[in-house]
Amino acid sequence: MKVVYLDNNATTRIADEVREAMMPFLTELYGNPSSMHTFGGQVHRHIEVAREQVAALINAEPGEIIFTSCGTESDNTALMSALEFAPQKKHILTTRVEHPAVLNFCKAMYRKGYKITFLPVNKSGRLDLEDLKSSITDDTAVVSIMHANNESGVIFPLNEIADIVKSRGVVLHTDAVQTAGKLPLDVRKLPVDMMSFSGHKIHSPKGVGALYVKRGTRFSPYIIGGHQEGGRRAGTENVASIVGFGKACELAKKYLPDENTKVRALRDRLEQGLLKTCPDSRVNGDVESRLPNTSNISFEFVEGEAILLRLNEYNICASSGSACTSGSLEPSHVLRSMGVPFTMIHGSVRFSLSVNNTDEDIDLVLKIMPGVIKELRELSPYGREVKK
Amino acid sequence: MWEYTDKVRDLFLHPKNVGELEKPDSVGEVGSIVCGDALKLFLKVDKETNRITDATFQTFGCASAIASSSALTEIIKGKTLDEALKVTNQDIADFLGGLPREKMHCSVMGREALEAAVANYRGGKPREAEEGEIICQCYGITDQKIKHVIMENKLRTVEDVTNYTKAGGGCGGCVPEIEKILKEIWSEKIIEEGKPKKRLTNIQKISLIKEIIEKEIRPLLQSDGGDVELVDVDGNIVIVSLRGMCRECLMADVTAKNIEKKLKELVSEELVVEAE
Ligand SMILES: Cc1ncc(COP(=O)(O)O)c(C=O)c1O
Repeated sequence: MKVVYLDNNATTRIADEVREAMMPFLTELYGNPSSMHTFGGQVHRHIEVAREQVAALINAEPGEIIFTSCGTESDNTALMSALEFAPQKKHILTTRVEHPAVLNFCKAMYRKGYKITFLPVNKSGRLDLEDLKSSITDDTAVVSIMHANNESGVIFPLNEIADIVKSRGVVLHTDAVQTAGKLPLDVRKLPVDMMSFSGHKIHSPKGVGALYVKRGTRFSPYIIGGHQEGGRRAGTENVASIVGFGKACELAKKYLPDENTKVRALRDRLEQGLLKTCPDSRVNGDVESRLPNTSNISFEFVEGEAILLRLNEYNICASSGSACTSGSLEPSHVLRSMGVPFTMIHGSVRFSLSVNNTDEDIDLVLKIMPGVIKELRELSPYGREVKK
Repeated sequence: MWEYTDKVRDLFLHPKNVGELEKPDSVGEVGSIVCGDALKLFLKVDKETNRITDATFQTFGCASAIASSSALTEIIKGKTLDEALKVTNQDIADFLGGLPREKMHCSVMGREALEAAVANYRGGKPREAEEGEIICQCYGITDQKIKHVIMENKLRTVEDVTNYTKAGGGCGGCVPEIEKILKEIWSEKIIEEGKPKKRLTNIQKISLIKEIIEKEIRPLLQSDGGDVELVDVDGNIVIVSLRGMCRECLMADVTAKNIEKKLKELVSEELVVEAE
């Protein structure tokens, strides 16, 4: 049976062109880019091409891109570096809805004596910019605010955030893992100091990422060792994945308009269809300012894991913020921060699309989902509370 | 992705005994929609023989909650009430060919619904529902229930208590209290079972030290992001290696002293603990 993959915020399929671009480096071109001989040394050039491709996606200079092993490493590196250069400052400002790559890093710093402000969000997942303004203090070493949320898809107003933070002269890092390829990004117009990216969210392999460090920003490496990446990130390069990531960025640039037309239209059709055919369902997150590929819907009186496993029978892949799917019994921190009632969090399902999705994919979900919800509600002691 | 057995998958996709019974003789209801799972059990009971002639359920919850509920109804049908009360949560899990550890609370919920239904039939109150003091505010779990489940399933770690009861799985605020309960229960037990009556041989001493470190000390440290490993026992010197948070936070000395205190108490006054 065909897989209907609607979990692209979790990871994506490696594009064919990406795989092809990588193949030589998984076969004959296995040399070490740091070697003196031509066989190895020639590989280095391909890393530099990839660097240009990544830079081009966000209008950066190639020298502003550091390759890392993943989005998480980029996030950790950026924050560590900022703290390193402000040793007398002991305050980190971030939000409650960050990815664990930032959230848990901050919690670890808290245990080392840092003060952390986790800015709240409102019902639709928006930040209060006044709150941001008043939370920056002379002790603030770094502000880290994601561009778009992986669960709700809500986009934060990065321009305004950057203006506020930079007017106070504080280092600003943004986790843009979910926005690359989905929204246009131009770092020349954005006064953001550091920005994190991850390959596997944009159709390249897992285990490669990038950190943009604006020229002139003081930077201290996180992984220490050899002189790779100009001494900014040690460790022999994951050449094939870096080359693939570069190619994926080139493709992402090409497909960017599709994300906002084709993908958005599919997402909207899916969402509207589900809201219409499944009673007591509602969208989580700011529909005005949201990634074009993401829809987070709560189906009341049913539990998310049960929904996912019923969908799984049809090879439909999605994810949920329910406690039962988190591995920790803890329901989604993002939806909780938005004040979504527990009853609604348990039944939340995130659909995240990509350019690979088709009308048939959406048709199948629209056909299957009402029955799944109805059956699970019939199983549930709360089913009858559903308004007829 | 959870590793469910085929039986769990089957009873989740095609649950047996679903729905409300008409004129049930008894109903047992546990959990709530806020907690993320809830089970309503309906029983028909033969007045003469006290035998359960029919059992059905309605469940709000994940796949394993639905499968556990269905399994419960299959298990208890045909049993007398007294026989049914002997069914443990482990029996429900066994019927399903096992449950992932994180999902054991689903089987506990089944067992509780059964108790509630029997109590309801007999006109009493279910054992744990109202008794005790709420420990986990997020899921409304009482100390009575936590103690009961710890003893019945021989749980040793906070993580397992969370897996079996959900307590501690929300905000995590009650984790220290759960630790305290575990400590109370098991340090009594270990003293009872393990305190040496006569001189230990070296081998006995080492294995006792090892067991206490594994079962008592490690879980506590791990819940704080730390870890400890027994490296060697040289006469009365116990050498351990500390890792993670307890090392980084420069609390290594304090931690080693605490381990020493525990080992002195439970094994021998002469022991000295050194961190590597
Ligand atoms: C917003 C966000 N930040 C960071 C990450 C982590 O990226 P990676 O999986 O490459 O470490 C993810 C993906 O899981 C994400 O969605």
